[in-house]
Amino acid sequence: MATTSPTPSPEAPLAGDAPLLAVENLHVEFRTREGVAKAVNGVSFTVHEGETLAILGESGSGKSVTAQAVMGILDTPPGFVTGGSVRFRGQDLLAMPEEERRQYRGRSIAMIFQDALSSLNPVFSVGWQISEMFRVHEGTSRQEGRKRAIELMERVRIPAARERVGDYPHQFSGGMRQRIMIAMAIALDPDVLIADEPTTALDVTVQAQIMELLAELQRESRMGLILITHDLGVVADVADKISVMYAGRIMEKAEVHDIYAKPSHPYTKGLLESIPRVDLKGQELSAIKGLPPNLMRIPHGCEFSPRCPYAQQICVDQRPALREAAPGRFSACHFAEEVLDGSL
Amino acid sequence: MAAFDRFADAEVVLEVEDLVKHFPLTQGILFKRRIGEVKAVDGVSFKLRKGETLGIVGESGCGKSTLAKLLMRLEEPTSGKATFKNQNIFELRGKGLRAMRRNIQIVFQDPYASLNPRMTVGDIIGEPFDIHPEVAPRGERRKRVQELLDVVGLNPEHINRYPHQFSGGQRQRIGIARGLALKPEIIICDEPVSALDVSVQAQVINLLKSLQNEFGLSYIFIAHDLSVVRHIADRVGVMYLGKIAELGTEDQIYEHPTHPYTQALLSAVPVPDPSVRGQRQQIILTGDPPSPANPPSGCRFRTRCWKATDLCAEEEPALVVRPGIDHQSACHYAETREDVVVRH
Repeated sequence: MATTSPTPSPEAPLAGDAPLLAVENLHVEFRTREGVAKAVNGVSFTVHEGETLAILGESGSGKSVTAQAVMGILDTPPGFVTGGSVRFRGQDLLAMPEEERRQYRGRSIAMIFQDALSSLNPVFSVGWQISEMFRVHEGTSRQEGRKRAIELMERVRIPAARERVGDYPHQFSGGMRQRIMIAMAIALDPDVLIADEPTTALDVTVQAQIMELLAELQRESRMGLILITHDLGVVADVADKISVMYAGRIMEKAEVHDIYAKPSHPYTKGLLESIPRVDLKGQELSAIKGLPPNLMRIPHGCEFSPRCPYAQQICVDQRPALREAAPGRFSACHFAEEVLDGSL
Repeated sequence: MAAFDRFADAEVVLEVEDLVKHFPLTQGILFKRRIGEVKAVDGVSFKLRKGETLGIVGESGCGKSTLAKLLMRLEEPTSGKATFKNQNIFELRGKGLRAMRRNIQIVFQDPYASLNPRMTVGDIIGEPFDIHPEVAPRGERRKRVQELLDVVGLNPEHINRYPHQFSGGQRQRIGIARGLALKPEIIICDEPVSALDVSVQAQVINLLKSLQNEFGLSYIFIAHDLSVVRHIADRVGVMYLGKIAELGTEDQIYEHPTHPYTQALLSAVPVPDPSVRGQRQQIILTGDPPSPANPPSGCRFRTRCWKATDLCAEEEPALVVRPGIDHQSACHYAETREDVVVRH
C-alpha cells in the first residue's frame, strides 16, 4: 500500500532543443473496395526528451493510425502512407528501406498497445517473449536473455518475477499483462515510447497503477512519451502538451493547462463540456450533436462544421488551416480568437 | 448540492434482501464433481424507490452484471429475495412472471452485440409486443414503434432499417426504445454508455435522464465510470467482490467516503482538470482483486487495505450505519476522509 501524491512531470526542454521525433504533414489513406478513406490528413507534431505528448481523439479520429504509421506497422494494403515525413533525430524513417528501419523499431521508438492479451503470443512464456527483444536485436544467449527478462519484470514491478518468468500470458491478470507489454517496450531503452490507449481495457485502480509506472519509467530514462487516448481525465493527469484530433487532422494543440482552462477550438470546447461535472449535477449535459464524418466523405470545408454550433458560411466553404491564434495556441478554426476570448 | 435524500419518502418499488448467487465450479466431463463455487453475488440488499436512480459502481468481476441478470431473472439466485409489488420475483411462475417481466426491463452495454443484425429496427422494438400483446394490439404496433423511435430521438421513418445502418449511439437509442416498449417501472442499465465516445455518451445520458422525468422510471444504473454515475445517480452502492462496501446518497459517497475501497476508487479516478494535479491524495492500491472463487475471510477488501487488522480477518463487517457516519458502510474502521475528493 503506497500513498503518493502525483509529482508533476519534468519540465519540457527549452524551445530550440532539437526534438527526438518530428512528424511532419503525415497523410495516410485506406484503399478499400468501397472507396478511399482518408484516415490521416496532414498531421504534424514533435516530441522532446522527457516530454509527454497526448494525442486526444474519439474513435475514428486517426490517432491510432498515426501511431501505426510512425512505428511503420501499418497494414499495407489497405493502408498507405501517402505523404509526409517521420524524423527521428533528423533521420526520415519513411525514406529508409525496411531493413534499416527495423533497427529503429523497438530500439529508438517502441510501442505498447491497448489490448495486452491479444498482443501477447499465447503459446510462448512471457519471459521468452520479453527476451526475444535481446535475442533478435543484440544476439544475446537464451540464458542471458532470461536473466535480463527477470530484471525487466522486476523493473515493471511484477511480484515474484523469478518464479513467474516461465508463465504464459493467460496466467496473468489484465494489469500484469499490461506490465509485461511495458517491459517488452522498454527492453531496449527506447528514446520514444508510444502508448496507444494503454489503460482503456483496465479497471480504474489498476489504471492508476499503470499510469504511475509509466510516469516513473519516464522520470528514470527521460524518454519522450506519446500517449494516445480518448480519456480527458488521464490526459489532464499526465500530459505536458496535447494535440486534439478529429477526422484525421489536428484541430487544436497547446500546453495542457491552456487547453483545459480555455479551449480555442469548438470541438475541444464541446468535448470538455460533455464530461459530467460535479457542479453541473442534475443539469443536462451539453452534448455535441450529430456524429463524426465518414472518412470517405469528409466535408469540403471544416471537418467539424456540420456539428459545430458556431458554423458560418465560410466554415462550409473553406477548410481552416492550423494556425497560431495566440502565443502557443494553435487552432484550426476560422474563429479561433473568438472561441478563445469567449465572444462567440 | 442537496445533501438530503430527496427520495426518502418515495414509495419503494423494489426491495432486494440478502441476494446470493454462487456459480458452481466443476471438474471432470462425465461426472462433474463440484470443486468449489464462484461467489459472484454474496449477500446484497438494497431498496429502490420510485423515480430514483440507484447507481452501482465497481470494478470488473465485482458481480454487478450478475446482479442485473438476477433481477431480470435471467439467472436463478442461490438464495435471497427481491420484492416487487409485494411479490418475491424469484417465486413467480407463468402469468405472474410475465407480468413482472413487463415491469423490469434492461438496456445492455454493447449496442453492437445486443441487437439482432437480421431484424429491422421495427421488428426489434416491436418484438416485446409479441410476448405482451395486451400492451399494443396488432394494428397499432407500427404506430407505437414509430412513437418510441421519436421518443428516443431517432427518425420514425427509419423503422425498416437494420442495426448496421446506425452508429453506436443510435443503436444504444434503439436498445433504450426496446426497453421502454412495455412501459416498465424499472429499467436496469448495465454499462449503457461505456461503449460510446465521450461526445455521444452525453447525448445518451441526457436521453436517459429526460425519459426518467417523463415516465417516472426508476433506474438501476450499473457502470464502472464513477463520474457518469455521479452525474445520473441519486444514491450509489459501491460493490467489491460480490458485496456492497458502501451505500449512500451521491453526496455521501462522493464527498464523504468512509470505506477504504471507496476512497481508493475515488482517488484513482483521473480528474479532467490539470490544475488540480497533485492537490489530492492518490491512493494506489497494490495488487489485483482476489478471485471470487476464493475470497479472503472476514472483510473481502482486507488483502488490499492499509487499515486491515486481525479483526478484519476474523469478523466480516456488516453493511450498517456506523457511529459518527450518516450512511451504511461495511468497514470496522469506517471514517470519513475527504483528502481524496477533488473540489472544483
